[in-house]
Amino acid sequence: MNGPVPGMSEAHIGIHTEEMVLSMGPHHPSTHGVLRLEVTTDGEVVAGARPDIGYLHRAIEKIAENIDYRQFMPYTDRVDYLCAMNANHAYALAVEKLAGIKVPLRAEILRVLVAELNRISTHMICLGALAMDMGAYTPFLHAICHRELVNDLFEEVCGARLTYNYLTIGGVGDDVLAGFADKCEQFADYLTPKMTEFNELITGNSIFQDRLCTVGVVTGEQAINWGLVGPNLRGSGVRWDVRKNEPYSLYDKLQFEVPVGDGGDPKGSNPAGTLGDSYDRYMVRIKEVGESVRIIRQVCAMLRENDKLPPEHPDRQCQTKLPPRLKVKRGEVYVRSENPRGETGYYIVSDGTEKPLRTKIRTGSFTAVNCFEEVTRGLLIADVVAVIGSFDIVLPEVDR
Amino acid sequence: MGVLQHFFEHDNVVCTNVDTLLNLSKENSLWYLLFATACCGIELMQTGASRFDVDRFGMIPRSTPRQADLMIVAGTITHKMASRVKRLYEQMPEPKWVISMGSCANAGGPFCKYSYSVLRGIDKYIPVDVYIPGCPPRPEALIEGVFKLREKIHRETVLRKEG
Repeated sequence: MNGPVPGMSEAHIGIHTEEMVLSMGPHHPSTHGVLRLEVTTDGEVVAGARPDIGYLHRAIEKIAENIDYRQFMPYTDRVDYLCAMNANHAYALAVEKLAGIKVPLRAEILRVLVAELNRISTHMICLGALAMDMGAYTPFLHAICHRELVNDLFEEVCGARLTYNYLTIGGVGDDVLAGFADKCEQFADYLTPKMTEFNELITGNSIFQDRLCTVGVVTGEQAINWGLVGPNLRGSGVRWDVRKNEPYSLYDKLQFEVPVGDGGDPKGSNPAGTLGDSYDRYMVRIKEVGESVRIIRQVCAMLRENDKLPPEHPDRQCQTKLPPRLKVKRGEVYVRSENPRGETGYYIVSDGTEKPLRTKIRTGSFTAVNCFEEVTRGLLIADVVAVIGSFDIVLPEVDR
Repeated sequence: MGVLQHFFEHDNVVCTNVDTLLNLSKENSLWYLLFATACCGIELMQTGASRFDVDRFGMIPRSTPRQADLMIVAGTITHKMASRVKRLYEQMPEPKWVISMGSCANAGGPFCKYSYSVLRGIDKYIPVDVYIPGCPPRPEALIEGVFKLREKIHRETVLRKEG
């Protein structure tokens, strides 16, 4: 190794040290799945954590070439199981654009409603797991409690707790029961004070802040260069949200803010930190939960309005009539949508048959893992855990 | 508990055989290895959390295999991961049990037909005691699977008979 490890104090310089390669994972409680990090350390200081991925490579893109467009929908659940509704949505949007299918209004309303509910539930896992990585077990239990309520709502919608397969190409699988909007609003009413409680419990905790502030800083320019997306990009202060910048579905009719990181701003939520640190990424997710609650309230009002239409009205339908064997014309399409872990893009090449020629999935976690080696350089081993947690990676999204 | 306290108020003797005593203590303290690869791992997490709370049955998650009695293989096992699973299993001290949770760990699940990288069932590498179907199984199903395992442990005999 040439020169001292960044982050080492001057007292260490001149002392004979030796680097050690530490294998972190694939079985490790804080790598959020089966990620393996080859951590090169010098004492406690990390010279770089090189990710070794592929422990969960399930060949989902290859499977897509063997089955038809509708059959692939359950596999999109498994690409990102924490937010399966959003993953379904991204794939449905891509196929619908390629095949030129128009989705009825009611189906769009239900899609946005379940997508935002799922955004809350996946952020709950992220926030709780990050707190657990920092050594606080109670916030995790609180977060899972809130997530269970979203699971109950989804169970009512489609019968599944985790892998929903609810959205179909051309609409949604089934209509919701009467009174679903009330239940969603009840959940929104429940969640708002509970998030205040959660913030009092952990967000404002000074130990928690000390662990995250100024740790794992990614500047806005770096974030763009590394291709970070979603909350990780917005944590670095870049105001980019596909829902706002390239609205799809109903998002152009909805009122919501795009929260960005404000580290170092004395009036902001992270006065002690630096712009783009782990705490900023955490705070963006906390604020996004609030924005999702706002969207859910608006969409519930739209759903109630839609309920007043007569049952045979075209806007009241949940599904477009499609032939049983869906054939898509020749061509290619790339559609992106804003998932809780950032932009998810589906690139589909069709050769005019029932099966796609190629399906490529672009996910946010993959690029987040990609920058670990740079971000973790010079940190302490314990901080590597904080950085992994703050990027909110999900391994099947990385490996696919 | 009140009854037991009353019963054991004075010095007392309990008659049982060694197997029952050992099995009772084994089945009521199944510490499981927190080992999750994919979707089933989230259901495993939620089973361990507040609502389903498997702590009630003496099941506490352990991060290291050296302290675990039970390995719940939750999620898809790929060929790259399989040797690591075997190694984790070998690191667990005896007596040890394995629950295969979900279709992927049972037989490859939805990836069984076309995937080139997914192992078709973890039982090719390590012995499995209980299989739980589902993609993913509900927490209730996991708890039911644990109770099936407890029944199995209850029937075990550790002492060899002479002759």
